[in-house]
Amino acid sequence: MNVFERPYDDPVRVLDEDGTVVGDVPDLDESDLVELYRYMKTARHFDGRAVSLQRQGRMGTYPPLSGQEAAQIGSAYALAEDDWMVPSYREHGAGLVRGISLKRTLLYWMGHEDGNRAPEDVNVFPVAVPIASQVPHATGAAWASKLRGEDAVVCCYFGDGATSEGDFHEGVNFAGVFDTPNVFFCNNNQWAISVPRERQTRSETLAQKAEAYGIDGVQVDGMDPLAVYAVTKAAVEKARDPDPVRPRPTLIEAVQYRFGAHTTADDPTVYRDDDEVETWRKKDPIPRLEAYLRGEGVLDDERVASIETEAEAQVAAAIDEAESMARPEPRELFEHTYAALPEELDRQSDALEALREAHGDAAFLEE
Amino acid sequence: MSDTQNLTLVQAVRDALYTEMQLDEEVVVLGQDVGKNGGVFRATEGLFDEFGDDRVVDTPLAESGIVGCAVGMAAMGMRPVPEIQFSGFMYPGFDQIVSHMARFRTRTRGRFTLPMTLRAPYGGGIRAPEHHSESKEAFYVHEAGLKVVMPSTPYDTKGLLISAIRDPDPVIFLEPKLIYRAFRGEVPEEDYTVPIGEAVTRREGEDVTVFTYGAMARPTLEAAESLTEEGIDAEVVDLRTVSPLDREAIVDAFKKTGRAVVVHEAPKTGGLAGEITAIIQEEALLYQEAPVTRVTGFDVPYPLYALEDYYLPSVTRIEEGIREAVEF
Repeated sequence: MNVFERPYDDPVRVLDEDGTVVGDVPDLDESDLVELYRYMKTARHFDGRAVSLQRQGRMGTYPPLSGQEAAQIGSAYALAEDDWMVPSYREHGAGLVRGISLKRTLLYWMGHEDGNRAPEDVNVFPVAVPIASQVPHATGAAWASKLRGEDAVVCCYFGDGATSEGDFHEGVNFAGVFDTPNVFFCNNNQWAISVPRERQTRSETLAQKAEAYGIDGVQVDGMDPLAVYAVTKAAVEKARDPDPVRPRPTLIEAVQYRFGAHTTADDPTVYRDDDEVETWRKKDPIPRLEAYLRGEGVLDDERVASIETEAEAQVAAAIDEAESMARPEPRELFEHTYAALPEELDRQSDALEALREAHGDAAFLEE
Repeated sequence: MSDTQNLTLVQAVRDALYTEMQLDEEVVVLGQDVGKNGGVFRATEGLFDEFGDDRVVDTPLAESGIVGCAVGMAAMGMRPVPEIQFSGFMYPGFDQIVSHMARFRTRTRGRFTLPMTLRAPYGGGIRAPEHHSESKEAFYVHEAGLKVVMPSTPYDTKGLLISAIRDPDPVIFLEPKLIYRAFRGEVPEEDYTVPIGEAVTRREGEDVTVFTYGAMARPTLEAAESLTEEGIDAEVVDLRTVSPLDREAIVDAFKKTGRAVVVHEAPKTGGLAGEITAIIQEEALLYQEAPVTRVTGFDVPYPLYALEDYYLPSVTRIEEGIREAVEF
């Protein structure tokens, strides 16, 4: 059955919670399957280290992704190199797949502007903190691709809370009207900080919101990496090579759970029960994929151990590199404000330098 | 004399809300995470348990919806107190603020009024993520029909917030989150008001008058104290309300010294310092001994936190500004 013709409340699944195959396994090489697993393990390990960096005062507020690895990595893995990713602020895992290094992600959350600059050959938009504000950008970027006759598809990430914002409505509506090559990937992790999914909308599913925009909507088990890959792949292909009868854009609702806090500034024990967290932990995407791959003979103890070692080393190296970066020069405050710095900004920058000269940096720093 | 409590600024916010919700059933709080979570800064802690889901309302994640629904409630005579979680997230609600919240009274020739108070934490210095540190009060000051309040002490916070809630007109209440928990102050347990539109002198001085508000009041006072060692005696005026400005207090305090410095963390261009300078020019030109010095944020987007200490007016920068005005 075409994934776009399912009932909205019937999520696509490939693996059950034990890793047993219950759906159509996507056509992926053994090496791709191992890559998916490796990325997910790396993202999980990175997440734990990042939270502890914040706890130790070595990094600012950080939004954890633990529990959401399948949704991020399965979807990003389905994009082609020329496609674009438009993230919110939690997509460190998807970003890693697309070529945003862990070091760069760390730099952003360590307060360095360079952390928001993707390398030239990496098709990723900057982090978007204001909720849903990136959705119209994704539509515009896809529209540009269509107007220029290019092949690039634009995949936009946002959460369940974002579907309540005006920008979500406007961006998805434009995509429907102009039939843009978009995938709108909703990470429904059940909680917008303390506000449950049920408080965002009376709709039974988020996927069904697609109906009103005249685009396709599909729900997927967001903790099943193979299902996420398969659904995203189908949506990307349909966006790239228009089906004669179907709309190009798709809204994917990936049903999942954030195991941890909204950010390190949040305490989820105030608003949700441990029982609920435990129920969702049983759906953990990593053991699920691992069980499947072990059953297929793709992974064994030795391979798993070496992947873990590699992930630990990669994350440790990224932390070392990020922490060894010097504090940016204060002049960088002014850089990139405009193509050419107006005279007044030059004056302000010079005045700051003169003050530093006269008083030293210690006079400015609050540490 | 009523009993007092020793509260932080954010506890004073909570106390004002609690006090008014007890006195007036028409007061409702709505916003993101204000309910069970008690607010991300705990400004509404315990209110959900005390007053229930009908009066302390977690809304969908939609700022235009929050502000717009508050406009509708207020038009019907209720006194909604919407919270926007950070002032940097007010912009999806900006259309509601400037097109409706500010203008309902004018547009309907007084038929509808909006006794609502829009609260939001503002300002930098807490190592926050992007869009969590801005100080953009000038946007709202520029909009006639709104009052804009920016307190700097727990006592003023409770008294001004109660005034705002009782005010017949819409008030934007910007809370300095840098000092939410920085210190405590005596706050009466009873209900009391601090009038909107009145500045207060925090320090008497003879040589120069420094105007400031919100989170910058503390480093400004620190700079004023430290300059006594150099023989500079600075007067510090805390505006408390930035719209309407207390014109009389500004002019009187300026005339006393003939020299002025304005300190705010908002960017320089188009900021409140320009307006205060103009008031001085209009009302007290002949008293003026020196150009007005502006010590402000720079005209750049608020930086990620690695450089925010250079962006914000530090005690050193404020001292330099004061010296400049005195030595001219």
